[in-house]
Amino acid sequence: MPSNKSVSDAPIAQFTNCRLLRGRRLQREDLWVREGKILNPEKLFFDEKGSADVQLDCKGCILAPGFIDVQINGGFGVDFSLATDDFRSGIDLVAQKILSHGVTSFCPTLVTSPPSVYHQILPQISVRNGGAHGAGILGAHLEGPFISKEKKGAHPEHCIRTFEENGFQDLLATYGSLDCIRIVTLAPEIKRSSEVIQELTKRGICVSLGHSVANLSQAEEAVQHGATFITHLFNAMLPFHHRDPGIVGLLTSDKIPAGRRVFYGMISDGIHTNPAALRIAHRAHPKGMVLVTDAIAGMGLAPGRHTLGQQVVEIDGLNTYIAGTKTLSGSVATMDTCVRHFLEATGCSVETALEAASLHPAQLLGIEDRKGTLNYDSDAGTVMGMVGRRVSACWSKVGSAINAGCICCFTGGSREPHSAQDLLWIFALVIFFRWVLVMLHELFGEAPTSQMSMEQSKDGSTLQSCPVSGVGRNSSAWRQP
Amino acid sequence: MLTLPQESVCSPSAAQPLDVPMLRPPEAASPRACAEPPAARRRPLLARCFRIASARRGGGSAAAFRSAVLGVCRGFILLYKLFAAIMRLVILEDYDQASEWAAKYICNRIIQFKPTQGRYFTLGLPTGSTPLGCYKKLIEYHKNGDLSFKYVKTFNMDEYVGLPRNHPESYHSYMWNNFFKHIDIDPNNAHILDGNAPDLQVECDAFEKKIEEAGGIDLFVGGIGPDGHIAFNEPGSSLSSRTRLKTLAMDTILANAKYFDGDLSKVPTMALTVGVGTVMDAREVMILITGAHKAFALYKAIEEGVNHMWTVSAFQQHPRTIFVCDEDATLELRVKTVKYFKGEH
Repeated sequence: MPSNKSVSDAPIAQFTNCRLLRGRRLQREDLWVREGKILNPEKLFFDEKGSADVQLDCKGCILAPGFIDVQINGGFGVDFSLATDDFRSGIDLVAQKILSHGVTSFCPTLVTSPPSVYHQILPQISVRNGGAHGAGILGAHLEGPFISKEKKGAHPEHCIRTFEENGFQDLLATYGSLDCIRIVTLAPEIKRSSEVIQELTKRGICVSLGHSVANLSQAEEAVQHGATFITHLFNAMLPFHHRDPGIVGLLTSDKIPAGRRVFYGMISDGIHTNPAALRIAHRAHPKGMVLVTDAIAGMGLAPGRHTLGQQVVEIDGLNTYIAGTKTLSGSVATMDTCVRHFLEATGCSVETALEAASLHPAQLLGIEDRKGTLNYDSDAGTVMGMVGRRVSACWSKVGSAINAGCICCFTGGSREPHSAQDLLWIFALVIFFRWVLVMLHELFGEAPTSQMSMEQSKDGSTLQSCPVSGVGRNSSAWRQP
Repeated sequence: MLTLPQESVCSPSAAQPLDVPMLRPPEAASPRACAEPPAARRRPLLARCFRIASARRGGGSAAAFRSAVLGVCRGFILLYKLFAAIMRLVILEDYDQASEWAAKYICNRIIQFKPTQGRYFTLGLPTGSTPLGCYKKLIEYHKNGDLSFKYVKTFNMDEYVGLPRNHPESYHSYMWNNFFKHIDIDPNNAHILDGNAPDLQVECDAFEKKIEEAGGIDLFVGGIGPDGHIAFNEPGSSLSSRTRLKTLAMDTILANAKYFDGDLSKVPTMALTVGVGTVMDAREVMILITGAHKAFALYKAIEEGVNHMWTVSAFQQHPRTIFVCDEDATLELRVKTVKYFKGEH
């Protein structure tokens, strides 16, 4: 049925047979998209008398809002902290490639660098919307140089600076222009950090605490002045102590101003944080969890040596170290891997895991009216997931055809009930293994052996406790005469 | 594939009906009975009569002549039933069966009408909790590929006044969520009264005109309120009324409060509704009545006289009415009425 062209000539796409992440749960609804915006189909039906031009069968996939990566240092050989001639094409390449990981918006991150690097690179980063050509850029994330020397991590020490002398002017002089900056990570224990945080917050820039040795009260003061984010929780900060939890204590602090929420980034690749620590943080403050990749230039590349800012790093599987040391330096995990690992480690619902990578970063940056959700009139950057299947990036082609910037990716486990066929298989396997056990018992299980524990019962006969599950102690086959 | 619905014919002593798909009992129905054109299966009356008669020729020419005459009479009885006035009370066991029967009936009607471009099947639709099962079944038939709403025009019975169109309890939202979004109806063919129109009477008149332009309604499906109202024609409404603005009765407001968090102040007090006369103009009317709370209204509608305090009773005077109900809805009827319509005596 052709759609009514009275409002817009753009084609309308209807994604059917899918589960949408909407209203914090997965619903069986269709997704309607026109010109990169999600439509309200009821309004389309009654007001515009319109209908879909293209119907796409999602075959039961999950459709989630596109992931937002607020900390990514580069990838596919491109380093955002390296000022090269073809920087713009590098950032375009990364933007295009991370679509296949489910990321539809990101903040290119620069590590601690000399001011000249900032002056060269920052003017080349521009805020732009995503589409089939690549993920959207929300603005730069400047991780440093106003950080603590004790917690520099992989950042070069000689570039670390302080703004104790001139406060905000020092910061301006270092970065040059603040036009395309979205997030700044700094250490709040540096003197005059409060006024700097206030100035940045006034300009709509999100302030994050990280690479710091601040105690809890310094961190709380920073939050009261406007800080809202913690850069890679647990990493590059003082460890949790029961008398001074440090920055980690912000998760359950009672000094957070009313109506404000502190978010915390976590690299859930299984290496930067132990899964137990991931669970502790998630259970303490589930609504603040923001999944980040902190990916370096080596992400998407083969193992070996690559550059990160002013240093050389070595990649070995999912581990990346500063060359010659055991200091972790960024990760090469992709966002979908992080979401999947988070889902498995915490045992949370699929909705929670997807929201940690989409809704919460959007809330952190104050853009949840446009991104991070599948609500009507928001941007249609969408992730389509299949349970347990491999990534296929074919969707971007369809996305370009319908002008809606959708991409295909994996997400984690489905909670759909097993089909009858699956149940039959499970049943058959259970029967088979039970048969194997019975056979083994008949072949080997008659005489008692010294490995089995023996117990004397009252009348002198002995009972064996069988290590094989499913065979009870009272089974006559195991009783000794 | 669909089979014909179980039904009870008015006269339980009806002879074996002739080969007409709509009225054949389901056990004898072939799987695609409803989809095949009736003409392919109908045999000339007289030829069949003489075939039966010739089979009995062995019994003597008098017997043959008698059976031929009987056959012709049966044919005329059947034709009479097809085209003359009929009131049917179809009693099913429970809500699900009643919904399925009603949905199959609508489906059969649409398929046999064979709607095409320029010749639309017009359907009147109700809202509320009663028709939900019927809508689900219709959606199922559509998803199975048995039924298409491409050439169907729908006219809803009513809509609240003053409720925003996207309010979750407005009848626009109800129809969208429960029906329109699952089927392939053209948005231009789905007509619902607009309760937020600047001039409500003009809106009502325009609705009547749209029905007229569509060629009248082929099948009007409706429900019944506990106070015996059809659409929002509350007790005391004129039985010749047309589409207009109505104030809701207290019974109706109380019945609807459950959809508005039990808060009476949130329930709209006025509504636009088709009149009793508007529904009476339809070529066929089907009323769905399920649940014990509707039993008294059904009793008043069927066993008492035509009365404007129980506006559904007006359909006693409609040429083709079907009341589809479940066992619970017959609780207030006389046993002999129920037995009669079930064909049990």
